[in-house]
Formats: sequence, structure tokens, C-alpha cells
Amino acid sequence: MPNLFSVETDSADDFAVIRLEGAVDAHTAPQFEEAVQNVIDAGQNKIIVDCAKMSYISSAGLGVFMGFIEEVRDEGGDIKICGLSDKVKQPFEILGFESLYDFCPDVGSAKKQFDEPVKGEM
Amino acid sequence: MEPIERKFMLQVPSSTANLALIREFVGSTAQQAGFDSSEIAKLELAVDEACANVIEHAYGNDTTKEVIVRATLDEDSLKIDVEDTGHGFDPKSVDQEELEQLISKRKTGGLGMRLMKTLMDEVHYEIEPGKKNALHMMKKLNKK
Repeated sequence: MPNLFSVETDSADDFAVIRLEGAVDAHTAPQFEEAVQNVIDAGQNKIIVDCAKMSYISSAGLGVFMGFIEEVRDEGGDIKICGLSDKVKQPFEILGFESLYDFCPDVGSAKKQFDEPVKGEM
Repeated sequence: MEPIERKFMLQVPSSTANLALIREFVGSTAQQAGFDSSEIAKLELAVDEACANVIEHAYGNDTTKEVIVRATLDEDSLKIDVEDTGHGFDPKSVDQEELEQLISKRKTGGLGMRLMKTLMDEVHYEIEPGKKNALHMMKKLNKK
């Protein structure tokens, strides 16, 4: 049973969009982590993670969102999460991500969300 | 009439590359038991978390070791046992802090445990470090 996973980064405009496809588990999360690190290393701190094609996520993937959020917000940026289907939303909800992260329906609305105050007080 | 109990087992090398296979095994078994797609997703995630813990922590990513997943299906529930022979750990030592505190301490440990406990009806450990550790989980089948 191959885990068909891919991560693509589009750094056009003022935003970096990281698109996840397939299952983000302990095996594939390091690729996601590397993509976020690369974006930050390139000086980008307005990051949108597009999960529209993500079929699954475990705590290893959720940990990536947690590992970078403080650093990005300290630089005046944020990580917005968009395109979550009901099927994959549950682990985010169980762990309370909604109180600290903005969930947006799509990339366009996530871009607009950057004009709003950052969610949660860290 | 005797209660019907069916048993399934998957034994795989201890590698995160096999987590997809483990989820497939759990998903197929849960489907046979009659769980709906939402419940199947919960079972897959809980067992993935348990096995990822074994692979990364109990075995320290040693791929010569093996992870065993046993599923027992009866009329009312699906029981899953995840077995290993690695370093056991005290589940009580895992922090149950809020997300915000974990982020500020740059810690992500314990998330898997929290997910398992939320997703399953029962979770408990039997630890014999170096001999055999087993994580027992159970989910009730809600009959319609």
C-alpha cells in the first residue's frame, strides 16, 4: 500500500502556498517540515498550507504546524490552514487547533485573512 | 448461540513506511465489522498513532524489529492490540498540556496519546520493557 504523498510550494506574490496531497503521517511529515523550513529560510513568513487534496493527517503532521507557528508570528507572519475537508478536520479539532490557527475555505480567503489580527495570544 | 469472534493479525517491519499498510489493514477490518466511514477514520488514526509511537520511540526507528497489530472482532466491538518488544514507557509520564503550552515549550509529544484516548472507547497499556509491551484499544460498534 504505497503512501502517495506530495508537497509543492508556490512562493509567488507576498505569500508562500504549500500544497499537501495524500496522507501526512510520521513517514511523510518530514517532507512537509522541510517545505515549511525552506519557505522560512527564504525569508517568507506569510504561509498558507493548502490541505484541499490532503487525505489524512496524524499528530506527526499536526506537530509541523505547531513547530513553526511561534517563529513565524514573531516575524509578523502567520500560518493559515485552508481547504480542510470534514474527513481530515477531526484531529485538528480534538487538539484545539481552531483556537490558535485560522482555518479558511480556500487559498484566496486565506490571503485576505492576513489583513486580520492573528488568532490566539501566544 | 456462541458469540462469534474473528481474529486478524498484521506483522510488519518497524518502519514508518508501513503506516499506510497498517491503516489499510485497520480500515478493512473495521469495514468488515460494520463501522461507518467516520468511525473507520477514527480507528485508522488511533492505530496509526499507536504504531508510530512504537516505531519511533519503543524501537527508535530500528527496522529490524517488528510491530504486531491484532484485531479481534465480535458482535459489539473491535479490539485492537499493538504489540512490541521495545523500551516500554510510562503512559502517565506523557504531558497532557494544552496546545498553547506545548507550542511555547516547543514540544509536540503526547499528541498521539491524546488523540487515541479521544478516538477510542478504551485505551490501556501493559508494559514489560524489553519483553513485551501491548497497547490495548477498543471501540464499540454502534448498532443502528
